[in-house]
Amino acid sequence: MNTMTVEREAQQLATAAPAAATGSEAIGIGFEGVSVAYGSQTILESLTLTVKPGEIVALIGSSGSGKTTALRAVAGFVQPTAGRIIIGGRDVTRLPPYARNIGMVVQNYALFPHMRVEDNVAFGLRAQGQTDLIKERVSECLELVGMTKYAKRYPRELSGGQQQRVAIARALAIRPQVLLLDEPLSALDAQIRRSMLDELAKLHRSLPSLTVLYVTHDQTEALTLANHIGIMRDGRLVAYGDVQGLYRHPPNRFAAEFLGRANVLPAQGLESLGGGYARVRFRDQYLEGVNHHGLATGTECFVCVRPHDLQFAPSAAATNSLTGVVRSVQWLGELHNIMLSVGDETLRLTCAPLAEPPEPGTTLTVHFDPADVTLVPEAESHVS
Amino acid sequence: MSADTAIALPAGARAPSAALRNLWIAPPLLILVALFFYPFALIVMQALGGDQHVFSLANFERVMHTRQFANGIYNTIQIAVSASIGCLALGFIFSLVIAFVPFPGARFIGRLIDTFISLPTFLVALAFTFVYGSAGLINQSLMQTLHLQFPPLDFLYTRWGVILSEITVYTPFIMRPLLACFSQLDSAQIEVASSLGARPWRIIRQIILPAALPSLLAGGSLCLLLTVNEFGIVLFIGAKDVITLPLLIYNKAIQEFDYTTACVIAVVNIALSLGLYVCYRAIVSFFGGRRAALG
Repeated sequence: MNTMTVEREAQQLATAAPAAATGSEAIGIGFEGVSVAYGSQTILESLTLTVKPGEIVALIGSSGSGKTTALRAVAGFVQPTAGRIIIGGRDVTRLPPYARNIGMVVQNYALFPHMRVEDNVAFGLRAQGQTDLIKERVSECLELVGMTKYAKRYPRELSGGQQQRVAIARALAIRPQVLLLDEPLSALDAQIRRSMLDELAKLHRSLPSLTVLYVTHDQTEALTLANHIGIMRDGRLVAYGDVQGLYRHPPNRFAAEFLGRANVLPAQGLESLGGGYARVRFRDQYLEGVNHHGLATGTECFVCVRPHDLQFAPSAAATNSLTGVVRSVQWLGELHNIMLSVGDETLRLTCAPLAEPPEPGTTLTVHFDPADVTLVPEAESHVS
Repeated sequence: MSADTAIALPAGARAPSAALRNLWIAPPLLILVALFFYPFALIVMQALGGDQHVFSLANFERVMHTRQFANGIYNTIQIAVSASIGCLALGFIFSLVIAFVPFPGARFIGRLIDTFISLPTFLVALAFTFVYGSAGLINQSLMQTLHLQFPPLDFLYTRWGVILSEITVYTPFIMRPLLACFSQLDSAQIEVASSLGARPWRIIRQIILPAALPSLLAGGSLCLLLTVNEFGIVLFIGAKDVITLPLLIYNKAIQEFDYTTACVIAVVNIALSLGLYVCYRAIVSFFGGRRAALG
């Protein structure tokens, strides 16, 4: 069982929330050993996770990793075969979706095409019999997402980004206990996605008490928006932590490679150096790094170093320097991406645009600070 | 100069081939005229001219003022409308269950119902006699169980028998477009509606029904069109006093040899069918365009 409890970091982003948006006390979401299976196939395996009130937790993972199933279990669209789902201290596992008071935004917006924008937003209030609140809430929620002037339009008359804003307004109009976002930006093009990402962050600053479970395969969205990130693989939560911590000190090889595409080099013979540092042998040389996970002496592990922490400027440091052959150099506008072969391993290095980038086939020596290196185990069970 | 020639030449060269291509329209057109329009023209001429071949609307006036014709058109419309409403209700419920209530074999049942489209219509009437007829399965069972002297179920040889048979035969015509429509309906809409607090009945009314409306209208119009012209079931059931327009044409032409009256009624029947067909096409075009716009 993966047992990970989230410690909420202080929210510094909150600004004064509009009265319309903060009607209720913030509440959290709890997964207690939740498993979901279709026949003999297990989709989600014993997920235990607590999303504290008012925070954004992003679940990321590749297709089929179980992240959407976890979200759908909270919404009530899939029934867990084991475990409990808690929302605001209440066990909702057996409650139908309509009784959970959840706001949900999905990838393809799912606006009701035969209803005007204002009727889409009012739908939940009508369904819950709160017809006296429709005028006030619809107006407030549309204002919150900047769609007031489009109230009379049909969804087909809106762009993708506008439709997604309406979908968010519709979800917020019922003042949900929690907001579930299922790849909400995936259907948008890159430019609108960036803009919507900013707007989602702004929205959460306006609604600091809103608890959000955000499912995405895009790590940029997760890193930008979330307080905590959970990485899913084959139906299991294999890594969980606050955004910075998970990025800087991934708990295992998969997390290191999945989140931020770190360079991961196989190493042996771990020796403790004191002060939290350790030395390992990679090929015929020693590399030093932070033994953040307290790996035992002599164990095999991986040297994890981020592409932007590699430097090829001349350095006096005797340790942590690797020499390899440049395989490719890509100019990506704001940075250069250099692929380097070191024996059988490949290193990726990113840096600010270079006036004279190295030519493919040339030899290059790169250096990295031991403080920027994390020694990670292969096994995902080392995560705690 | 040379450019003009270069443009003119292919145009000149294309002209004969285009004319030849157009000639290919002639054979199917001739066949169509010979097989359909000519017999149809004969019916209209007989209806207008009668045996004296004097063209006037007198025959129409005479026939349309008879009680037989009035009853025929009343029965035709009443049965067609009732059967179509029944098909719409049953087809909608069946399609909803098959599309949205997951159960093993749902797809198989959908296909099984679909096979009804390929069966001759009177077969259902024949099958119903074995089930609901005086000596049918249900009546015999009830008579034995309850020690009754006469069969308790006695609806098959009435207009209700005709309507029930037509509903059974034509419901798949509603279900086919409906199931296609439901398969394209974004399930996320239903899920989001549910998460917003909508119960199943509200979701059916406010999300599914509006999406299904074009299919319902198109299927309903098609049903109406087919039930107006239904002949086999009405003849096979042989319900007392249930004479529809197609049956009236049959009686006049085959039993009474009154071809003029039969042709007048046939023209009215054709006009009714064409009117319904125009409505059906208009609905399909309107919602087809609207769906394209929504898409």
